[in-house]
Formats: sequence, C-alpha cells, structure tokens
Amino acid sequence: MNTIDIDIDGLAYRVKSGVSLLTACQTLGLDLPYFCWHPALGSVGACRQCAVIQYRDAADSLGRLTMACMTPVTDGMRVSIAAEQAQRFRGVNIELLMTNHPHDCPVCEEGGECHLQDMTLLSGHTRRRYRGLKRTHKNQYLGPFLNHEMNRCIACYRCVRFYADYAGGSDLQVLGMHHNVYFGRFEDGALENEFSGNLAEVCPTGVFTDKTFSAHYARKWDLQTAPSVCVHCGLGCNISPGERYGRLRRVVNRYHGDINGYFLCDRGRFGYDFVNSPERIRTPRLDNHAEIAADAAQQRFRAMLNGHLPAIGIGSPRASLETNFALRSLVGAENFYAGLDGGEQAMLETIRDLLADGGVHTPSLREVEQADAVLILGEDPVNTAPRLGLALRQTVRNAAFRRAGELGLPPWRDAAVRELEKQHRSPLFIASICPTRLDDVAGRCYRASPQDIARLGFAVAHCLDGQAPSPAGLDAAQQALAAEIAAALRQAARPLIVSGTGCGELAAIQAAYNVARALRPNGGQLVFSVPESNSLGLTMMAGKPLQQAFRRVAEHTAGCVIIVENDLYRRAPAQAVDAFLQQAAQVVVIDCLPHQTAARAGLLLPAATYAESAGTLVNNEGRAQRYFPVYPPPEPVRGAWQWLLAAMDNSDCRHFDDLTAACAQAFPALAGIVAAAPDAAFRVDAMKIPRQPPRYSGRTAMLADLKVSEPRQAQDAETALAFSMEGASVGIPAALQPVFWTPGWNSAQAVNRFQAEIGGHLSGGDGGIRLFEAAGEGAWFTQIPDAFRPEPGLWRVLPPPLHIFGGEELSLHAPALAERAPPPGVLLNPADAETLAVASGEWLVIASADGALSRCLPVKIEPTLACGLLVAAGLPDCIALAWAGPVTLQKGDRP
Amino acid sequence: MIDTGIGSPAAIFGILLSAITVSALLIWVERKLLAVWQDRIGPNRVGPFGLLQVAADMIKMFFKEDWIPPFADKPVFVLAPVIVFATMLSGFAVIPFAPDVGVVDLNFGLLYFLALSSLSVYSMILAGYASNNKYAILGGLRAAAQTISYEVFMGISVMGVVMLSGSFNLRQIVEAQRDGWFIAPQFLGFCVFLVAAIAESRRAPLDLPEAEQELVAGFHTEYSGMKFGMFFVGEYLGVTLSSALIVTLFFGGWLGPWLPPLLWFCLKTGICIAFFILVRGSLPRPRYDQLMAFGWKILLPAALFNLLATGAIALTVARI
Amino acid sequence: MLSLLRTLWEVCKHTLVKADTVQYPEQKPALSPRYRGRIVLTRDPDGEERCVACNLCAAACPVDCIALQKAEDESGRWYPAFFRINFSRCIMCGFCEEACPTYAIQLTPDFEMCEYDRQNMVYEKEHLLIDGTGKHHDYNFYRVAGMSIAGKDKGQAENEAPPVDVKTLLP
Repeated sequence: MNTIDIDIDGLAYRVKSGVSLLTACQTLGLDLPYFCWHPALGSVGACRQCAVIQYRDAADSLGRLTMACMTPVTDGMRVSIAAEQAQRFRGVNIELLMTNHPHDCPVCEEGGECHLQDMTLLSGHTRRRYRGLKRTHKNQYLGPFLNHEMNRCIACYRCVRFYADYAGGSDLQVLGMHHNVYFGRFEDGALENEFSGNLAEVCPTGVFTDKTFSAHYARKWDLQTAPSVCVHCGLGCNISPGERYGRLRRVVNRYHGDINGYFLCDRGRFGYDFVNSPERIRTPRLDNHAEIAADAAQQRFRAMLNGHLPAIGIGSPRASLETNFALRSLVGAENFYAGLDGGEQAMLETIRDLLADGGVHTPSLREVEQADAVLILGEDPVNTAPRLGLALRQTVRNAAFRRAGELGLPPWRDAAVRELEKQHRSPLFIASICPTRLDDVAGRCYRASPQDIARLGFAVAHCLDGQAPSPAGLDAAQQALAAEIAAALRQAARPLIVSGTGCGELAAIQAAYNVARALRPNGGQLVFSVPESNSLGLTMMAGKPLQQAFRRVAEHTAGCVIIVENDLYRRAPAQAVDAFLQQAAQVVVIDCLPHQTAARAGLLLPAATYAESAGTLVNNEGRAQRYFPVYPPPEPVRGAWQWLLAAMDNSDCRHFDDLTAACAQAFPALAGIVAAAPDAAFRVDAMKIPRQPPRYSGRTAMLADLKVSEPRQAQDAETALAFSMEGASVGIPAALQPVFWTPGWNSAQAVNRFQAEIGGHLSGGDGGIRLFEAAGEGAWFTQIPDAFRPEPGLWRVLPPPLHIFGGEELSLHAPALAERAPPPGVLLNPADAETLAVASGEWLVIASADGALSRCLPVKIEPTLACGLLVAAGLPDCIALAWAGPVTLQKGDRP
Repeated sequence: MIDTGIGSPAAIFGILLSAITVSALLIWVERKLLAVWQDRIGPNRVGPFGLLQVAADMIKMFFKEDWIPPFADKPVFVLAPVIVFATMLSGFAVIPFAPDVGVVDLNFGLLYFLALSSLSVYSMILAGYASNNKYAILGGLRAAAQTISYEVFMGISVMGVVMLSGSFNLRQIVEAQRDGWFIAPQFLGFCVFLVAAIAESRRAPLDLPEAEQELVAGFHTEYSGMKFGMFFVGEYLGVTLSSALIVTLFFGGWLGPWLPPLLWFCLKTGICIAFFILVRGSLPRPRYDQLMAFGWKILLPAALFNLLATGAIALTVARI
Repeated sequence: MLSLLRTLWEVCKHTLVKADTVQYPEQKPALSPRYRGRIVLTRDPDGEERCVACNLCAAACPVDCIALQKAEDESGRWYPAFFRINFSRCIMCGFCEEACPTYAIQLTPDFEMCEYDRQNMVYEKEHLLIDGTGKHHDYNFYRVAGMSIAGKDKGQAENEAPPVDVKTLLP
C-alpha cells in the first residue's frame, strides 16, 4: 500500500494514496461532516458539506475552498478542516439544508440515530433563524417495509444512487424539478427491489424509515443489542438485532468487511419478526395440546430416552453447530441423521468436499465484488442468497473501474465511472431455469433445464481445458455460447463461477467445479450458494440422510425420535413423513415455531430463536461465525442445545463453550470454530461487554408495573456479553461488537470509526473464522447428464425457487415479509400452455403420475422457460409438488 | 497536710446526679441554642419545647446494639469511655457551688482539677488504640498531643489567680474575689484559660480529635450505643466542668448581690456554657498544625507573660 | 483574631431573629408554580394528549424511572401506548420537563405523595394524564411539526407552504 504524507490543520498524517480527502479524514477519525458521500457509493460532490480549505503550499495563508470528497489526496497537500471560512461555509450550508426540514425529530423514527442530527450538531448550527414558509411534500405508500416522509428530505440523492445505481432498482426515481425534487415511485406501491430496506440506513435523515420497526418502535439508545448472524440464508451476513421490553424490535446491518459490508437484503432485515410471532411455541406441550411445566417436560424427555431401543436424532441445517452436536452426543454418532433429503445432502457434501479439497479458492463477498467475469450456473442468487446477488451486480462495474484507472480517474468518482459503465461492462453470464433479477446486467442469459445448464457448464470447461470431459450432443448454439463464455472467462483476471443447490441439480455443481478447475491458471474462483444458515456446517458433521432414518423406524430398530428445529415435511414427501412419524415410538420435537412436524410431536419443547440463544453457523464459504443471545429467552423457552444437554446423564459439557470445544474436537474440519468468537471468559480490561448502550433508559420503571422492587439484571454465564449498560466501551473485538456507536456519531455511519480503513476491514479484524482454504488438487467430474427430453403429456416439476420473500421457513412468519411473498402458482412455457389451452391466470390441475398428489394452482406463462418443465412458485402450498415426480397437467377451474 | 471537708452523702449524690442531668440536658440546650443562632426552631416535637428529646435520645441509645468490633481490643475498648465519664464526673468534687454546697473542699482543689482533666486524655488514647482503626488511632494521637500541649498553658494561666488569691483552694479563690472578679486583673490569663478549656474539652472549633470531615468521628468512630453515649455525656460534663471552673476562677463563683449564691453560680455557669455553644456555632475549625502553632507560639508566651507580670505586680503591690 | 470576635458577634445577633422554619405539616409552605413536584402529562389546547412518545424524557432521566412505548393511531399521530413513572425512584430533578419537546411532561407543586405500599408509587398513564395544558397554554406540537395527523394534512402546519406538485412543469 502506497502511503503519502498530508498536513491537516498543521498536523502531519500518513494516509493511503489514491483515496479522496474525505475518505482519508474519516479513516483518521477526524470529524468532517458529509451527506452525499457513502463509502460504497463513492463521491458526487453534491451536498457541499465536506468543504475544507486547501492551501497551495506552506506559504499560502489564504487557501481556497474545496470539497474533500472530490479531492484526491496528494503528497504534501496542506488542508484545514478547522479554518474559520470552511467552518462557516459548512454551517451556512447546513442551515440552508435545514430551512425546509420539518420540526419532526420527536416523532421521527430516525431521531437519535440520524446522520442529519449528528452533522447539524457537528457543524454548530443549533438554532434555526429561518422564519419563512417551509416546502412540503405528500408521502407515498412504499410497501410493508418502509415508511416515506418526504418533508424531511435534504436532496442528497443517496437513495436513488443506492437504489437505482447500486442495487439496480428501477422503481425509485427522482421526480420533479429544481428545489422541488421528489424521491419516490411514479405511483404508490411496494418498492420492488430486494434491497430496499437499506434505504433506511442509507438515507441520512428520516425520509425512509423501517416500517416494521416503527410498528413497535424504540429509540436506538433503548435497544439491547448483541452481535448476531442472519439465519435467513446461507451467507451469514452480520446483523445487530435490537430488543426492548422482551420483544425483538428490528435488525440493522452490522458491518463485516468480508461478507455483507454496508448492506443487507430485505429478508435479512425484515425477517426477524418471526421471533415475536404469536404462534411461537412458548411452553412444553404433550401431544400438541396439554401444556406442562419445564421440569416435567424435562423428566418426560429423559424417560423417553430410556426406552429399550436406541433413540435417533434428526438435526437441522437451520440449527447451530452446537445444537446439532448436542443432539449427536445425546443419541450417539450412529443414531444421528442430518435431517436433509438425500439429494440435497449429496449436493452439500459435494460442495463441502470441493471447498476442502477442490483446490479452487472460494471468495468472500468482498472478493466476489472484484470478479471481472462471472458465470452463474443454475442459480438465482438474488433469491437464494440475496446479498450474493447484490455483490454479483457490482461485478459488471469492474470493466468501468479498469477503464477509469487507465484514464487516470479514481474509482470513487462515481458519476464519471457510472458514465463509463455504459460502454464498459464486465461479462456476466447467467444460465438458469427462469429469469433472474440479475438479467438486466447480464451479458448473456441461457434458459434451460437443470441438466442442460450442467451440460453447458461442462462444455465451457471443455473449451477452457481440453482435458475436461465434453458433453456429447450439444447443438451449435450451445457450442457457440460455451465458446463465448469460455473466451470471456479466459480473458478475465479474476473469473468467478457461481453455482449452488438452487436448481437442485448435482451435475450443475460438478460442472461449475470443472469450469473453475479449468480456470485455475487464470485465478478462477468458485462460490456456491447453500440454502440455509448452517447447511454447510451440518454437512460437516457427517450425519446420515433422512431416508435412512425413515428406514430405521420402519425396521423397528429405533425408539424415540428427536427432531430438532426441523420440519420434515419440507424435506421429504408427506406420505413418507407421515409413515415415519406414525411408526416412531415417541416423537420429541424441539423448535421455536409450529409446523406440521411439531403438530405431531408427542413431546414438544420450546426452543429459543437466534435472538435468544448462542450458536455457531458455517456459511457458504466455510466461515464459522457466532451469534449471541440478544435477550434471555422467556421461561420456559430454552436454547435447543440446553434442552439436549439437560437430558444427558454423564456429559462433561455444561456450558455453551464446552459444547463448542467438544464439537471442534470431534470434527477436525471444525477445529477452528472455537476461534469464531471469544469465549465466555473473555474480558476487556476485566469487564464484560455491555449489550445496552450507555444511555439505555427506563431500567427502574420498565418492570415496575409488575413489582416495584427491581429484579437483578439477568446474568449471562454463557457468553462474554452482559445484559447491562456497564462494561467495556472500547477495544471490543468485532465478533463481540453489538452495535457501532461512537460519541457524536449516532447513526449507522459510526462504523467509519471502527474500520481500519474506510470500506475495508474492521479494526482488529472482522469476526468469524474461515475453516477452509483452497487446498488439494481435485479431479474432473466426468458424469455428464443427458440432455432433458420432455415426455409428451408429462411435466417435470422443479423445486420451488427459494423466493427471497417466503422461500425461507422462518422469515415467512414475519408479517411484513409474508405480505410480499409471491402468490402460489406455476410457471409454464407458452408452447405447453397452448397445448393445454390455458392462458395466464387460469387454473391448472396438477396430478402426480402415481395419483398421490393433486393440486389446483393458477398458471403464469413464462416465455423463456424450457418446454416440459413446470416451476412451482409461492409457498407453502407448493412444497409438496417438489417430491411429486413427473406430473400430468389439465386445465381446471378455480377451486 | 490535706485539709478536707467532705459534704453529706445526700449532697454528694445530689450534686453528681444534677451534674449528669445538666450534662444530658445540655444536649437539648445545645441543639436549641444552635437553632436559635441559625434561625431555626430546633427540637420541638418530643414533649414541651422538645424537652423530652433528651429522653428520646437516651432511650434510643439504650436500645441500640452494644456492639464491639471483632477486631477491637475488648477490655480496653470497654474501659475507655468509662474513664472519660469517671474523670469528668470526679472533677465536680472540688467545684464550690455555694458557700455550703460542694462535695469536698480540698486545699489543692485547682491542682486536683488539672490532674483529672489530664487523666481524661487516657480515655481518648485507649479508645483510639482499642478500636484498631486508622481514623480512631489518628484521633487518639491528636487528642493526646492536643491535651498535653494545652494542659501546659492551662496550668500556667491559672497561676496568676493563685498568686492573687494566695491559695489552691477553690473556695478561698472565690472568697478572694469579694473585692473584684479576677477577670479584670487576670484578663490575659482568662483568655488563655478559655482557649485551653475549649481545647481540653475537645469542643468545636478545637475538636480536631474527632474532626468529622477528616477522621469520620476520630477516636470514637467504632463506638455506638451506651459506650458512645458515655463519650457524649463525658464531653458535656467536660463543658460544664470547664464552665464551672471559669466561673470559680474568674467570675467570682457564687458571689453576687440579691440572689442566693447557688443561683448566682448556676447563672454564671449557664452563661459560660452558652458561650461555649456560641463558639461552636460560629467559628471554623483550624488545621491541626495551626492549633499546635497557636498553642506553643502564642498561648505559651502569653501565659508566661501573664505569670511574670502578675508576679511582678503582686510583689510590687506587696512591697508598697 | 478580631474577625473571630466579629463572627461571634454576628452569630450572636441572630438570637433575636425570627426562625425561618415552616412548621410542616401543620403549616403548608407556599410553593411557586415552577416547584418541582409530582409529574403530570398534559394535553394540548385541542384536548389531545401532548405526549408523542419521543422517549427524550426517559433518556434524560438520571434515575431511569420513566418507561414508555410509542404507538401510532390511524392518522399517524404518535402517542404513548403506556407511560410509566416509578416515583419511588424519581428525584424530581425536572430534566424530563426540560427535555420534553412538546411541553407534555410537567412537574407540579405537589410533593405530598408518600405511600405505605411502595407499589402505589408506580404511576401509569391514566394516573399521570391531566385534562389541562399545565403551564404552557397555547403550544401544540403538531401545529409546528411536518407530520400529517387527523385534521391537519401536509402543508397545513404553521409556516408551511402547500405540498409541492411534482408533476408541474412551471418554474
């Protein structure tokens, strides 16, 4: 890294060259206000807030006013932030911005974490002088996620720069003209983009605020937060969930330099409400109706385990490593089943093996963003791993960045680089079943069946490396496309292949690996998306597939069945699960939300959610990260691992850390998880880390209605965090940092003070630990599937795409997210539709060949869908279709 | 030869009892007077004019736990408050309340008083030592140094009176003042004696052994209940005793027209006590080094000068 | 030395000065309207609750004895769903009143609130809310703020221009 010396207010600083002066100042921790600049969005120089005085040389005493965000740092440059003219300029400027700002702070959700409040105070403008008329705007309805309050706008343009330029949304524009500009949609309606929630953090004031948070609002200083990891997909984005009065109030982004950076997807941000769901399982239940006390439930659980046949345990990809391991310890390794469908497990095991021994680097999302040619095989990342989709969207910009570099333009000159993007785009190829949300930036899209997608991948690999096996019988168009993709990938400096479990085709994963392997000399990288938060971690525990458990029970070689945080009806055909649960001697289910499996439990134990318990998750790139309880679970709810530990007679494990250590010891591949976060004995200057901010209010009144004598603060023996305001305030490692706040910086922008370098890694290193690095050699996969041939009269049902809203089990219980979930329906090719004489919106009777299943669903015509395929969309009714095999279709009537 | 005239047992008992009663009542008097000077009302809830406040305080004190800290030297800890109470009470033996009222008539009465008031310092030292507490021992040390120092000037300052009256017998000293109170010829001696008396009784502003702001409560930090009460009453006994002696030595004792001698004595003593309280209510406490410097650098020379001057004048007058 | 005597004299002069003591409870002290006693929640001149549940009083409270929860009515007006003051903790410092941007929370000259049962010191909104405007008669926060509520649409607050028509082409 090249460093240069600059002089700010007479003090010498050494900064990284190539950055803007504003970035340098923020890295140095100097208080220089800004609005329009954002580390991820670059500089446009619109708000005139970061004005400084720049001097020509040491002798110059006059200087000139310049915008720090638009000024590159140069060696020996001399500037002043504190100069009187610069301060006055900034003060007058913000006073002008404030002339139309309403007197809203007390009734504004942003109040207390408002960048505008911070900057106004920073610039010293504390008294309004303007007495004239204020401009007002009408608000719009923007869907269930965001509130709109346009009066508060200061026209910094950050929202549209994020929403349209960065996230690729097309329905939020700047409307109107001159000083009447309006940021909104052409008409009322939900914001369509999957990353709209970030507007609440991107907007420096309260124009866009979190609507779900507003429904049960608490000020930022009143939220008890703990460092956490999103459980709604396999990427492991870092989040800060906030609690007040025993309810989870909201989730905000927790910066992680390698994964989520500054942004979260809407599922991660708004899916949290399942924790507050009125349907939550809150008491132990017998046969799904009789509530019993926790102790009685515990005794009954023990009694069930003491049957003459061994108990079997079914783990879950959405449960933590600790929970799965506790189950495995309880029932024994030979009785532990992963709780995954065989096909999915095979895919995940392949991914696991490729990560460990494939010899191809798996990039973090930060590295993904730097790829300059991307091939997506069979995935729809915006739906299956949304934040990955956002990162992939940024990859097409890399050609423009390279061109800007050639022209001597710094990459943060946003407007200029965006202009270059019109001519210079890095190639992005998408091979998928249905249209994806990245098609608008893709160079070429290929729509085919999963088999054909895999075959294209194999063909690309063969084009890149003659040694790779070649699929037989490709047509000319496919050959040409494969050659084109191969050429683009070969030219790239950092080519990236994306695949995953999304299309349900193992061959697609294998093909993706072949391409990456062929690209190894060119620095090929390979990233897989996995469906659930701990899919990979569970796969590393060597559990057996679910079907074997079914066999055990059918053969009467198993007694009690313990199902932990898993709805088997999402994993296997309903008949098989019905039979399994029927035959099982006793069924114990430990989960947080009711589902079909829980409904059939003989003993149902209430499990804590991620917000109430600790756990370690392994994300799609093999990074182990730990989440911590935000608040103690309300009795008798307990972490699933606690129920399991308590059922063990002779275990050395009594605490969470023991469990983690035992798990790490049992599996060499998981040896690193102990270091994912500091253990419960960790202290900063002999102090625990407080979950509550220093200004946490109402402690002596919040429970006074129950009893005026205040109870002792809840104690946390399992982690290094405390349910208190007291404790360490600085020097907290990133894995334990609950929320970013620093005096004077109350908004999300406070993260500037916690980064080693703006937009880079957190000081002291990002949280979590990578369990894999590219090693081994790996062999070519040679089993190439045959091309898909539609059989007349029969359609193949493809697994329902994991839609960002509703595709995940837990988040569907969040009302706001459920509102955005797509309606149930099926997609059909126009030719097929013509054969069946159905039009879009009409209903179709779907029956499996064996007659076990029959559904009537509305149909939607999808022109790019391959013939002979039927894609089920919308949940939860469509899950059953996934197991149906070939189906017959018939026009039907609306039921 | 010791010339003693011991009073009747009833008189002795009456005098000692009233001394204790007066001392206890002083608690009320002091609070009332301080309130008057501070524009307050003072205790007025218990009994008429709050007079039963003393009784209330006594009851409270009696029923408090009689606590001896486990780290204390127990016998000494118990002994210490008894000493101050006993010595102060014994001091009243020589006070001539009226021509025919008194416990004992010693011809070395003044010396007896000086001796007893010196003895009381043992109480502070032992209390400080026995408490096994840093504040207490500091308080004890201060008490020792302060009492010993001021004892010197006190002794010297009254020698003028002894010269003028030619006797150590307090009754004869009173009789010697029929022609005029010794306050006039012995004004300097009176001043020195007054300051020394305040210091000896460890009253504010010279209450350095128990300076609350520095030493919690000095030598009696660890005391509570009746043992504390004995220190407390001991202090008021000291005030009463000092006042009585000041009246005897400088204000003509029981002498006075119209009224009965005993009343005169009580009246004068009362005014003197009130003055003690006024001083407490008005003056700030000096630093400890200031106290010692004032004693040795000002009071000692002043007392010596008084002694020499009185002697010279007495001799001169005698020669004429 | 003379200053000591002067002090004695000055103190002595107070012998005949009348005592300032007020014989409470037989004799009630005269308290100014600004006296900091029992806390109330007031209403605006239109008779609506003034409190907008902004939480600033709770944040300012040095003993953290105020707890409340924001709620919103159909028209977008914020109000506290519950508002609780634990008077057994309150130190009557008045910081809440100073922090309140809507003049909702006010301290009154009533300090006689002893209870035998400490639980009775916990006041909920229904105990706190009074029917008047308290010390500030004319202020109505929503007349000044930009949020629209029932009976006051955008552009109808004090010093507000009518809402902008974003579709106009006029300069």
